[in-house]
Amino acid sequence: MGWRWFHEWGSPKWFYDRAGRWQRVCGFLALALLLVGTLWGLGFAPADYQQGNSYRIIYLHVPVAFLAQALYVAMAVCAIVLFVWKMKLADVGMQALAVVGFGFTVLALFSGSIWGKPTWGTYWVWDARLTSMLILGFLYLGLIGLRSAIKNPDLAGKACAILVLVGVVNLPIIKYSVEWWSALHQPASFKLTEKPAMPASMWVPLLINLLGYYLVAAYLVLASMRTVILDRERGSAWVREVIERD
Amino acid sequence: MNPKRKQRLLIILGLVAALGVAVGLVLYALSQNINLFFTPTQIADNQAPDSRIIRLGGMVAEGSVERDPESLEVSFGVTDFQNQVRVTYTGILPDLFREGQGVVVQGRVLNRELQATEVLAKHDENYMPPEVTEALRQSGQLDKLKGMTQ
Repeated sequence: MGWRWFHEWGSPKWFYDRAGRWQRVCGFLALALLLVGTLWGLGFAPADYQQGNSYRIIYLHVPVAFLAQALYVAMAVCAIVLFVWKMKLADVGMQALAVVGFGFTVLALFSGSIWGKPTWGTYWVWDARLTSMLILGFLYLGLIGLRSAIKNPDLAGKACAILVLVGVVNLPIIKYSVEWWSALHQPASFKLTEKPAMPASMWVPLLINLLGYYLVAAYLVLASMRTVILDRERGSAWVREVIERD
Repeated sequence: MNPKRKQRLLIILGLVAALGVAVGLVLYALSQNINLFFTPTQIADNQAPDSRIIRLGGMVAEGSVERDPESLEVSFGVTDFQNQVRVTYTGILPDLFREGQGVVVQGRVLNRELQATEVLAKHDENYMPPEVTEALRQSGQLDKLKGMTQ
């Protein structure tokens, strides 16, 4: 069976070295894409017929809100890998993803709130979309807190994995909140099965920014995972070597 | 995958699915409380509690906006194209407020009229440059597009 590639991930040293290289590639690509996407979106994309220029917050809000959920999915995959294969690296991944995911959730809530005031007339409303997104933020925060509250690292990893898997039910709720219930937040402008509800001159820069923010997230997660690995393996010989080398 | 791991994977997926069903049922039971607003038809059917603060959502009916020239008082009809509820409001309306626009208003129903304390504009998922809107309006396509999204 071709499981060898998978088991290689079990070695923290193997991952630490490779992640360093990936991190650099992600960083440079992210910088290039965000520069193009953001300048294009803010400077050259046409204004909206109703909202004028305030709609341009989508070039930040949509990618970060997307990632807040995508990072949670990644964390759930880590939790399953931790339970089924007992892989240490999956726990490292969960720890890093929780912090980065929380950052993106806060950004999504904050940018949406800034847009809500001129468009809706309020910074906040307790509709299903905003509330479920706030719960996502609290889940991330709870995971960060839970980990630091339990001294034993193995136990902390297992406890976090359970909370991550319980929180997975929130993801479809966020996604369909604007369809199942009446909400103030508008439904998605992008669906896999339909044409986007905006012209290409608006969504192409958004797509570039989405990829850019994906790479930013990858960069942050890899950087944070490498730090966690160094911290956890601090007793081992290879970590001492790395620290003396750098 | 060895059988033990396979079993663990199935148990986890089973538990998550069961939890999903449980939460789904709870949300279904609570859906009346999660909905942000009542529709004009629900208010016409007396489904909304009387003289308590509620939210009403719908479209601002075409040609229904009446402004008092002396004050900030404004009155308009909110419709779901089956029923219409008259809304009165004193205050500043959001920029996006206009006839044919989705709104969510909060207030009390008195004498089949809603006295609003807050008016929020609801935005739809369509984004368009102004030139495109103009071209669509001239060819009479804009109403068709709006009708599709409502």
